[in-house]
Amino acid sequence: MKKILGALAVVLLTFQACKQNTTNSEASSSNTNTMDIQVSGEPETQKALAPPFVQEPVGNRGAKKIIVNLEATEIEQELADGVTYKFWTFNNTVPGTFIRIRVGDEVELRLKNASNSVMPHNIDLHAVNGPGGGAEATNVAPGKEAIFTFKALNPGLYVYHCAAAPVALHIANGMYGMILVEPEGGLPKVDREYYIMQGDFYTKGKTDEKGFQEFDQDKGVDEKPTYVVFNGKKNALMGENALQAKVGETVRLFVGNGGPNLASSFHVIGEIFDRVYVEGGSKINENVQTTLIPAGGAVIVEFKVEEPGEYILVDHSIFRAFHKGAIGKLVVTGEKNPKVFNKVK
Amino acid sequence: MLEKKEATMNKLLKIFLIAGGFFFLFSCENSSSQQEITSVTEASELVKIQTEVKMIPIKGGKYQPFYGEDSTLVEVNNFLLDERQVTNNEFLEFVKKNPQWKRSNVKAIFADETYLQDWQDDETLPKNANPDAPVTYVSWFAAKAYAKSAGKRLPTLDEWEFVAMADEELANARDKVSYSENIINLYHVKFREKNPVKQSAPNYWGVYNMFDLVWEWTDDFNSIMSTSDSRNGKVDDKGLFCAASATSVTDVLNYAAFMRYAFRSSLKANYTVANLGFRCAKDINQ
Repeated sequence: MKKILGALAVVLLTFQACKQNTTNSEASSSNTNTMDIQVSGEPETQKALAPPFVQEPVGNRGAKKIIVNLEATEIEQELADGVTYKFWTFNNTVPGTFIRIRVGDEVELRLKNASNSVMPHNIDLHAVNGPGGGAEATNVAPGKEAIFTFKALNPGLYVYHCAAAPVALHIANGMYGMILVEPEGGLPKVDREYYIMQGDFYTKGKTDEKGFQEFDQDKGVDEKPTYVVFNGKKNALMGENALQAKVGETVRLFVGNGGPNLASSFHVIGEIFDRVYVEGGSKINENVQTTLIPAGGAVIVEFKVEEPGEYILVDHSIFRAFHKGAIGKLVVTGEKNPKVFNKVK
Repeated sequence: MLEKKEATMNKLLKIFLIAGGFFFLFSCENSSSQQEITSVTEASELVKIQTEVKMIPIKGGKYQPFYGEDSTLVEVNNFLLDERQVTNNEFLEFVKKNPQWKRSNVKAIFADETYLQDWQDDETLPKNANPDAPVTYVSWFAAKAYAKSAGKRLPTLDEWEFVAMADEELANARDKVSYSENIINLYHVKFREKNPVKQSAPNYWGVYNMFDLVWEWTDDFNSIMSTSDSRNGKVDDKGLFCAASATSVTDVLNYAAFMRYAFRSSLKANYTVANLGFRCAKDINQ
């Protein structure tokens, strides 16, 4: 009997120990500490930049109160050369303005809906802990403003989007963007940073059919896009809008996928990602050729460019790249580096 | 285990909040406070106005709101509905006779700061405004007061949606793909509210402009639960998920209705919006 009790006690103790272990590791990896980070100093209004550009890194600064102003707008602009579409946006760009904060920051998000909007809009930020990610708190009629606050508890790169009904339509029309929550002390320093989001679009006319194109609900439901593009327009990152870097620099791309439907097989032709923050989170994978970005998900990739030339960004589901627009360009200038790459004959 | 259950519940909650279901939640709470304020408005004396607008008799019946299941048919009685929205000109006449509803006099709890904002002054319509275009930037309280002074009322949400099922040929055109498509395309067009009423074809009933000019106030715009037989504030999960997921054929066809519910859910009774107007209704045996 004693033996049995003894064994039982051991089992119980082990069980207890295991339990404690799990709670400990949970605590270290997530919210419990970051909730206690104090904010200090004057509130700062976040600067709004159009993609592919992003704000300065947070660096070593302490946690602060940050005011973010976003405006929901409905605008007609080009989806491809000679093709127009009625986009719904945050701050008139697809994707919407990048938001850059650090863990522990307290954000006051002010969402205005333009007075000439037809629809109500709201915002669900995947970086928020709370019902609807803010959607419920910000559902806002045309001409009105909604404000809510949240504390950034989890570092990472997150998608935000409009979640007003019908959600699929709001996302299909381009209502998404990203928010970066840097860890304490900031992300490691790099030479260049860019902001890119993939999105699929559904038009009545065929790909590249000129003129104004209406949204096609059937194609949306069937998940058969007429366009798959980076930054809201076919060729948005081509020609004079191509991304730039110099030989020897390290480039960091914040890449998101607004969807609404497709997952992206993100790849840069002629480069290998030295580091990938898998799914935009804290795990780092190294030496990756192609990384998968789910709809409503994101990734941070970093790579050093060694050789001048043109590097093509694609969704490696390759028909999308060369037929539907999921293509962009990074132009690298500088000295040739024959040790790394050399055409012999 | 308990935590896990809670997490699942939270997740479920999040799903239907995201899908636009959130507006159901607060409906009953709002409607009670609204009723209190209503009685305040009604206390202030209104001077009667005469209106010329034709009223169309609507033969009631049972209909299925987009958010319900097959079994949740809602009965709509026979009623009269204005053939078009209240126009700028008509609203001007109303405020002339009821100065408490002039822009400079209106109380903030009854109309927010954008009330009649484009008007040049208390008794002058906006520059370049068509007097026969629907009046906009009017609050629910103002719309209700107007209706009352005209000896009418606002249509209920169900009455409005019942008439909205019609296209030009059928009383219920919801099964037609073109019906929903046309409305959704219309809903994408800006500045429609500047156009005068009755320039497009009437629907099956002879009612004009249900979709092509403005969103419209309904009497119970924020109390969707009033259509089911319970007003106890409890949320019918099944109905919500049905609406929220919008996966069944009926829901897809009712995409346009879904948009209207989303719009209504973004409103408060004192809100005034650039593309939001109203029309009046009346019981048939009055």
